[in-house]
Amino acid sequence: MAAILIAIALQTTLASLVFRGGTTIDLVLIVVVFVAIKSGPVTGLLAGTVAGLIQDALASGILGIGGMAKTIVGFLSGVLGTQFIVTAPLPRFLLLLVATALHAAIFMGLYTALNLRQFPGPYSGIVAQAFGNAFVGVIAFQLIEWFPGFVDRRRAGRFLKR
Amino acid sequence: MAIADIRQRPGIVLGAAILLHVVLISAQVNTQSGLPVLQVVTFGGFAEVQRATMAVVDGVRGMWSGYVALRQVQSENAALKQEVQTLQVRLQQEHAEAQRTDNLRQLLELRERANLDTVAAEVIAGPADPDFRTVTIDKGSSDGLATDMAVISPAGVVGRLILPSRRASKVQLLIDSNAAAGALIERTRVQGVVMGRGDGMLKMQYVPGTADVKTGDLVVTSGIDGIYPKGFVIGTIDHADRGSGAYHEITVRPAADFSRLEEVLIVKTPPASRGVVEEPKK
Repeated sequence: MAAILIAIALQTTLASLVFRGGTTIDLVLIVVVFVAIKSGPVTGLLAGTVAGLIQDALASGILGIGGMAKTIVGFLSGVLGTQFIVTAPLPRFLLLLVATALHAAIFMGLYTALNLRQFPGPYSGIVAQAFGNAFVGVIAFQLIEWFPGFVDRRRAGRFLKR
Repeated sequence: MAIADIRQRPGIVLGAAILLHVVLISAQVNTQSGLPVLQVVTFGGFAEVQRATMAVVDGVRGMWSGYVALRQVQSENAALKQEVQTLQVRLQQEHAEAQRTDNLRQLLELRERANLDTVAAEVIAGPADPDFRTVTIDKGSSDGLATDMAVISPAGVVGRLILPSRRASKVQLLIDSNAAAGALIERTRVQGVVMGRGDGMLKMQYVPGTADVKTGDLVVTSGIDGIYPKGFVIGTIDHADRGSGAYHEITVRPAADFSRLEEVLIVKTPPASRGVVEEPKK
């Protein structure tokens, strides 16, 4: 939950982080995928639900569309995380690519189906966001996993110096 | 424990989450008609539930009312059957009345045409013995009837009165094997005697073999017997055979339907003063 809130906070404060013509990185989605592959499909979908609803509430869109997209993505990411080994950077990169594409498909598909918004030429933006999410996500995953060990090692080094 | 159970059923959780989102989205989105999707979907879904419920209720109510109505219909059906039977009886009565009226009208016409003193009578009984072709009428000596009075009907000659009592009389039909009447063939005026055969047909005797006789010729009373007035129809020649003797063997089909006799006229006019019946106007 904390990770989601941090991600949302970062997302809202780093909204100016733009890739190639207005495509932003979805840090919340990255967090949802991370939680899902670490904790399983149920936690993943719950994380996706909460994160998506908060994101929708903060955005000016329809409450629930982003939530549904992230719920499904969180669930499927959790299923993949339990079925396959996704600890290496490349599988995670691919997973984030697919997750972003799926999220965009659901999100834009629902908006288009409900005739609420139009997304002219969305493919380039989706691809850019997917690669951005994958790149940032893989790095973030490595950092998040590396950070606790780094802290432990620092603590152990201090203890040995004494 | 509950959380652990939920984790074992991710599909249910996913379904619940998606449903939650669908409801959320529907509550905010309007359809093309401007109504909220949630309202439309909820109303549509609930309308189906209502439709199904109503169908069940209607079915039960229909069965119940049908059963109750069936009981009512049963009694109504019985009443209607009774009414139909009553109406059928009344219709038959009306039909019989009409038939009787028609018969009486024909009798009246016959009476006027014959210009004879007659008494109308009703056949009240058939023959007591099948070997004797007789009927009983409801008029007797108190009405001025006497033996050997001719009995006629609109169709033709019926017979003669053989046994009058005070209020009823026995009539010997012309088809009785003991009955006879003077007759002539209308077309050729050849005379003979018509006699009953006992089998419902008549035979005409004493018609010379040289006489012109054809099937279909009309046979009428000649009046020479002193009983039947002249000119009344007896029947038509059904079969005529030259035979081996001096006379024709002629079978006559009676004009009167003896099996359906209901009303008859008894001719009271003495034979001496009888005239010739006029032919009916066609």
